[in-house]
Amino acid sequence: MNMMSEAATEKAVNAPADEPVIKMRGKDVCVFYGPKQALYDVNLNIRENAVTALIGPSGCGKSTFLRTLNRMNDTIENCRVTGDITLDGEDIYDQAIDVVELRARVGMVFQKPNPFPKSIYENIVYGPRIHGLVRNKAEMDDVVEKSLIRAGLFNEVKDRLHEPGTGLSGGQQQRLCIARAIAVSPEVILMDEPCSALDPIATATVEELIHELRENYTIVIVTHSMQQAARVSQRTAMFHLGVLVEEGATAKIFTNPDDPRTQDYITGRFG
Amino acid sequence: MSEPHTVTAYDDELRWLSRRLSEMGGIAEGMVADSLTALINADTALAQRGISEDLLLDQGEREIYEKAVLVIAKRQPMASDLREIIGSIRIASDLERVGDLGKNIAKRVISIHTMAQPKKLVRGLEHLSELALTQLKEVLDAFSSHSAEQANSIRERDEEIDAIYTSLFRELLTYMMEDPRNISACTHLLFCAKNIERIGDHATNIAETVFYVATGQQMTVDRPKDDDSANIVADPVE
Ligand SMILES: Nc1ncnc2c1ncn2[C@@H]1O[C@H](COP(=O)(O)OP(=O)(O)OP(=O)(O)O)[C@@H](O)[C@H]1O
Ligand SMILES: [Mg+2]
Repeated sequence: MNMMSEAATEKAVNAPADEPVIKMRGKDVCVFYGPKQALYDVNLNIRENAVTALIGPSGCGKSTFLRTLNRMNDTIENCRVTGDITLDGEDIYDQAIDVVELRARVGMVFQKPNPFPKSIYENIVYGPRIHGLVRNKAEMDDVVEKSLIRAGLFNEVKDRLHEPGTGLSGGQQQRLCIARAIAVSPEVILMDEPCSALDPIATATVEELIHELRENYTIVIVTHSMQQAARVSQRTAMFHLGVLVEEGATAKIFTNPDDPRTQDYITGRFG
Repeated sequence: MSEPHTVTAYDDELRWLSRRLSEMGGIAEGMVADSLTALINADTALAQRGISEDLLLDQGEREIYEKAVLVIAKRQPMASDLREIIGSIRIASDLERVGDLGKNIAKRVISIHTMAQPKKLVRGLEHLSELALTQLKEVLDAFSSHSAEQANSIRERDEEIDAIYTSLFRELLTYMMEDPRNISACTHLLFCAKNIERIGDHATNIAETVFYVATGQQMTVDRPKDDDSANIVADPVE
């Protein structure tokens, strides 16, 4: 007990209040698909309780980098990751890491909404149940309601919780997937173009949600919309041909980027 | 300019803004030059022309506003493009103000013209006018060449204008005290001098905008601004 508080004090001294806390750290990250290298020595820190946007032209490696953060690349055949990636200082590629538990801590929302072919209720309660976060019906009802409310979907679906999730509209499905992702109380949420299939209103709902979630979660979002990146994120990382070109405060990147490749990309000058 | 945009119509729009702004610059410069020449030579016909050109600047400003708003809505500009468009709006309104000041000088030329011999006093304004015009010319060059360096040197020279204005203020005050019949003409000239000094300030504003558009950074805050005339009081005549 004593040692804990001493350690805590030391940490507080070493990390002054204005210094951002780093939630995830990527160091010299390289990714190969078979013989083909997709990422080259990426060094990128993800700040806690902030939204980091990953931008760059198609094929530059945004999704690839995003997937390294919760070892989604493990599921891709002959994909090889080198370098170090840590979550709260812990190496997530360590042998001792339980990948299922990792993915509960680092959740993911995909470009295309992909609800399970089950009821809305089951979609949400699935994760909490396998991670032992809910023990009885009351707790399950509670997590379903809370997650749907946070995802801004509750009012639209509260009367049909036991109908299939696949019966929802595209925008509703995407919010269902977000509700499913937050149901397990992840610490980090990875989003790969979460709004690319949504209309402007559904997009605004998701952006509002991201804005709210940021207080308690760390979010990394891949987006092709420069305006969206500028609106929702505090930090922006620009990739090009598998290389991290620059990373910085979003306000700076979109008004006065340092790298000419960023300038060309965000102003629409890439051939 | 850098690389062309993938959407070439976007480049056309930006070019339009920049060309229209250069036109406005040319009109403002010519009009200020006319007003000052008219003042120095008591040329009322020339002054009349200066007055009528102000309309062109008002129109230019309105067109640039409208176009800029449309481009922002259509293209959602970023980085240097965004700075350039916002800069165009600011520069257009500075140029429109320069036009107002030039027009005000021209109007006074017509008033002073009917008064007794202010020529000697007008001489003092010549140097001030030359400086202000040079500033205006150079800032328009800096704008077309996106030169942050030139913008910087323009801002520094504004101090000189302020100093000359302050000494003119003193001089005109002395003339008024010497002979009350000078008061009317001197008051008009004082306003003319102030207007010229303000034109210098607008050139400085434009220089700051040009610097921001070119670099994405604000010029340092210690702007050499303001004349000292606010502190001058006339000593009672014995
Ligand atoms: N499963 C895979 N097998 C082989 N190569 C892959 C695989 N996934 C991605 N790549 C390659 O890796 C590179 C980076 O792809 P990635 O999907 O990370 O790009 P991206 O930045 O997300 O692009 P987009 O914006 O189009 O989604 C590309 O050259 C791509 O072809
Ligand atoms: Mg992708």
